[in-house]
Amino acid sequence: MATVREARAGAAEIDPAVRLRIYRMMVEGRAFERRAHDLFLEGLIKGTSHLAHGQEAVAAGFAAAMREDDLTFRTYRGHLHTLFRGAPMEALMAELMGRATGICGGKGGSMHLTDVAHGAMGSYAIVAAHMPIANGAAWAALERGTGQVVVCFFGDGATNIGAFHEALNLAVVWKLPVVFVCENNLYMEYTPIAQVTAVPNPAADRASAYGLEGILVDGNDADKVYLVAEECLGRARAGEGPSLVEARTYRHGGHSRADPAKYRPEEEVREWLARDPIPRYRERLRSLGVDPAELDRIEAEAAEAVERAVAAARAAPVPPPEALSTNLWADGGSSWRS
Amino acid sequence: MAELTYRQAVARGIAQEMERDPTVYFIGEDVAAAGGVFKTTEGLLERFGPRRVRDTPISEQAIVGAIMGAAMNGLRPIAEIMFSDFFAVCWDLVANQIAKTRYMTDGQVKLPLVIRSANGGGVRFGAQHSQSVEAWAMQIPGLKVVVPSTPTDVIGLLAAAVRDDDPVIVLEPKALYAMKEDVPEGEIVDRLGAAAVRREGSDLTIAALGAMVPKALEAAERLAAEDGVSAEVIDVRSLVPFDVGTILASVERTGRLVTVEENPRLCGWGAEVASIVAEEAFWNLDGPIVRVTTPHLPLPAADALEDLAIPSVERIVEAVRGTLERRTA
Repeated sequence: MATVREARAGAAEIDPAVRLRIYRMMVEGRAFERRAHDLFLEGLIKGTSHLAHGQEAVAAGFAAAMREDDLTFRTYRGHLHTLFRGAPMEALMAELMGRATGICGGKGGSMHLTDVAHGAMGSYAIVAAHMPIANGAAWAALERGTGQVVVCFFGDGATNIGAFHEALNLAVVWKLPVVFVCENNLYMEYTPIAQVTAVPNPAADRASAYGLEGILVDGNDADKVYLVAEECLGRARAGEGPSLVEARTYRHGGHSRADPAKYRPEEEVREWLARDPIPRYRERLRSLGVDPAELDRIEAEAAEAVERAVAAARAAPVPPPEALSTNLWADGGSSWRS
Repeated sequence: MAELTYRQAVARGIAQEMERDPTVYFIGEDVAAAGGVFKTTEGLLERFGPRRVRDTPISEQAIVGAIMGAAMNGLRPIAEIMFSDFFAVCWDLVANQIAKTRYMTDGQVKLPLVIRSANGGGVRFGAQHSQSVEAWAMQIPGLKVVVPSTPTDVIGLLAAAVRDDDPVIVLEPKALYAMKEDVPEGEIVDRLGAAAVRREGSDLTIAALGAMVPKALEAAERLAAEDGVSAEVIDVRSLVPFDVGTILASVERTGRLVTVEENPRLCGWGAEVASIVAEEAFWNLDGPIVRVTTPHLPLPAADALEDLAIPSVERIVEAVRGTLERRTA
């Protein structure tokens, strides 16, 4: 009988080097997105962006547990997941700024960061569309015997759209090596998820419909996320099929650049800011005996890396006009006439 | 040579590619154990086994998503969408994801996949199982679209689609599944983006697609016998990429163009052809371009009404006579 349960407590030991990696990722991610926000205000980044301030621990915990050739699928709030898989920060910043040196040559933008070389298989801007696609990548991994596992991140809002349900059903029926990770930040865009969802835990409570365990985890505790990631990745790699994890977290800002998030109770925001995953993790590392000077150094290096990325992107050219009509087709062109 | 029906030819085409390339997989609703609701995939499960030929739930988004993800990770999958009307329930995956991902990633992702589907009317299935959706597909940059009109063509174009590194939609006119033809033995591989001149003629050009091709050919025979008119019939075959050259070359000789389209009137492929010919061969035209289409209506189920809606041999003949009369008037 499938149930909903909390992730198992972090009894397992985590390698100190892994913990430092997780800390570095989260700090870099925060610094990168802060700077991206500033650049929006300066008008250097255009369009829209969906920042994940406050949600860093979910992407970092999973990235730290993944094998190099594992594949990540994620949403339009996907800057961090891409960065944490090892995508070069300069190319990500350049993509946000619409430069020729961007990771997608300027054709993707904030909502479509992709770095296939690092297993970051795309950021998908239609809610839950990537869940069936993640299945497909996992299916190919299984058939080709690559041993890869696919991790598919999605938001709480995705749990109410059909693709979520179609994907979970097929993943179980075909026993695919895929881990579905719901980043439940309590709001689907501007609306509280609880107000529009039949069950209190939008992902975990649906798991039993597909014969899965609903696993709940504190998404602001990177260690807990890491341990649950290890468990689910291990299960998938052992041929035991998919998992569904719901990580509760909170975005510090609004849904997107246009949203000041005034609809959230002040008390709620205060509570979640107090649970910010980064200071919390720093505190834990210190209590485990890590030299604060080392943590300071990581923070300084992250800030420098971001500044280097910004400087490089600012200096980079915009895409040349001929780039408009390249790479629609595999032959590199875009002609519809033969 | 062996006589094959169109539906048998579909299975032969898929088998030919699965035999050749172990990364070709085939999934869809009722395609494996049942051999397809149109019996287009009989024998594939027995021949290639349950891993490579696989039944899915009724989950079009899951089906189309699965082949997209699989294509991103090293397979060359084929999916069947049972009726092309059902593209409407997975259109996000087709139009937003499959079509755009290569461009959005500036070429990082390659999607060698095929979606094949039974398209069009003439079989009394009513408005939700009879649509001709080729205009939906050709509207979206990033999708290739072919519509084979003979058993030999469906083998060759399926093979070309599977071997192509881009996503290809293969629309099979369900009205043609019973069509028989002698098909050559051995491997058949065609190419995308090539129209075929099915009948040579000098007085006018009739461009037709899918199930309209045999009707256009029959109309041409009647026009020859009854009016002494020599009609050239072009089977468009491939909407994206589009073989503009074959049509322009024909119209430059005949000076007249009639398109025969099963799709509803507005924005059908013939409108694009008319626009191209008007722009690029205007001074060769001796009269207006005429489009024969299904009216801008959903298809009714009753045979008496459906037959009125879909272009008939009679309507094609009348349209041709109309345009030629204007010449002599």
